[in-house]
Amino acid sequence: MKTKRLASIAKTVRSKNAGVDKITFDVIFPDDHAYRRVCASGVLEKKRIAALFRIDEERITDHVYFDPAKAVKFTIRRRVPSGGPGETDLFGCQQYAPLLEIEVPWEDEAE
Amino acid sequence: MEKKKSLRILCPNGHLGFAPTKEESFFLGVATKPDYYCCDSGSDDIGPAALGRDVSVSPAAWQRHDVELMLLAARRQGVPMLIGSAGDTGTKSRVDLYVKMVAELAAKHDLPPFRLAWFYSDVDKACLRAMMERGVVIEGLDGRPPLSFEELERTVRVVAVAGVHPFQKALEAGADVIIGGRSSDCAIFAAAALHEGFSADLAYYLGKVLECASFCAEPYAGKESVIGTITDEAVYVTAMHPQQRCTVASVAGHAMYERANPFFEHVAGGVLDMRACRYEQVEEKTCKITGPLFRPDEKSVRVKLEGAGKVGERFVGIAGIRDPYSIAHVDEMIAWARRQVQERFSGTDYDLHYHVYGRNAILKELEPRVDGDPHEVCVVVEGIAGEAALAEEVALIGTRQLFYARLPEVKGTAGSVAFLFDEVLPAPPVYTWTLNHVVPVDDPLELFPLFSAEVRKGVLEGETRL
Repeated sequence: MKTKRLASIAKTVRSKNAGVDKITFDVIFPDDHAYRRVCASGVLEKKRIAALFRIDEERITDHVYFDPAKAVKFTIRRRVPSGGPGETDLFGCQQYAPLLEIEVPWEDEAE
Repeated sequence: MEKKKSLRILCPNGHLGFAPTKEESFFLGVATKPDYYCCDSGSDDIGPAALGRDVSVSPAAWQRHDVELMLLAARRQGVPMLIGSAGDTGTKSRVDLYVKMVAELAAKHDLPPFRLAWFYSDVDKACLRAMMERGVVIEGLDGRPPLSFEELERTVRVVAVAGVHPFQKALEAGADVIIGGRSSDCAIFAAAALHEGFSADLAYYLGKVLECASFCAEPYAGKESVIGTITDEAVYVTAMHPQQRCTVASVAGHAMYERANPFFEHVAGGVLDMRACRYEQVEEKTCKITGPLFRPDEKSVRVKLEGAGKVGERFVGIAGIRDPYSIAHVDEMIAWARRQVQERFSGTDYDLHYHVYGRNAILKELEPRVDGDPHEVCVVVEGIAGEAALAEEVALIGTRQLFYARLPEVKGTAGSVAFLFDEVLPAPPVYTWTLNHVVPVDDPLELFPLFSAEVRKGVLEGETRL
């Protein structure tokens, strides 16, 4: 099956602290079509994200499909609070990078 | 006071002073004569160290620049100006700094007399201890357990996060300029709308959408002004920058920004429920929002507490590796260096962290790319200990011993790493968030002592507690 990287489908892929104990991830799509198609593919389901980041599903505290923004949003509990000893991403804003490389099943459609 | 049909609030910056407000869009907004100027100047994003050390992370010159813009615009128009979370942390020292800044700017520009109000958010640890001894449970947020005496003990500073209450009280007392201690961003705006008689449902939403300024607009650009308008029916938000628009996508998208969940926003006094929000593009640069709900706390008001505790002093070393064999065995090199530190300081309390940039320094255990060696890596070494001299030596051994790491098949036997320099750098001390909790209070004002004075030629006259 043909695939397309999430980076070339999504409009915005970002991560950021949500309070001091969590990092939240937003994947926002340019249109309803892309949003529905990626959601239906299952690549952003909770268990797939847990597998990508190699964490237990229970560390994902929130996972929602947010239609008004055409976005998938999920939140991961930090191992330690932000800014403590050993911190290397104080704002949590580079944690999204692995999402860019997700391969989404993407058969070309008839124009 | 006659109720306005609509109220317009300008937000110049998502975190006043953290990076300077962009002036073009600000003055485009000023030209439309908004009814209020509101802004937050702090965040817990900046980490626990600023709160722990009681310092700003923003340069004073940038803070002054931004306060000056707002103050002059608001005073020339004769409309109120509200700032919350003064000076990044919203501690007493930061509030006092901003109060002094406002007075100095008033003198510099020879502003006609005006009423200044300010409140503090610092919470006395002894107070919390006394409450806990009385059996009050200080509940943890985000899965944390209730506050323990041990955790409180290692905390050096605590602030409570204010809701609308002190801002509203100051407005009722006729304040023209309000400098707030630590506050919920959205409460700064909501207080103005509530004071003018608008519904809590829309007032809190107005605050939620405005608090990061141009982050609710597209294309992405920070530090640009936006204006929010509240009526009895809806909230409207308009981008001021010529190239930015507030769209359904950008405004709905902003509801998600830096929150675990896009549907709920918790503040002291209740929760904003955005599940039924409807977004509509009404003009090119303006999005209309209807349908938010605010549910007030039922019994006591739950106020969020933030606290920081000190972990230690810190030094940092930096080493580069280019030999592919060494890169493939970097964990063994680190293990060697760790052992040398252990041998020197066995039985002593210290922390030693290695960050292998080029491999997984940024994502650590979340990094999915575990195969394929990079062609060069940078190892950053952090030594942390109670005393600076110990932290320095931990970092120095931990870094220098990478140079002497014994790998059995290494070809280069004249040193295993490349140094920028062979000393270690003093770094800011390390703190940790000890409190991310909520305390129940009957009167939310009791945590936020509020003061007022007349500013006349740069002098505070007739200071009173409200």
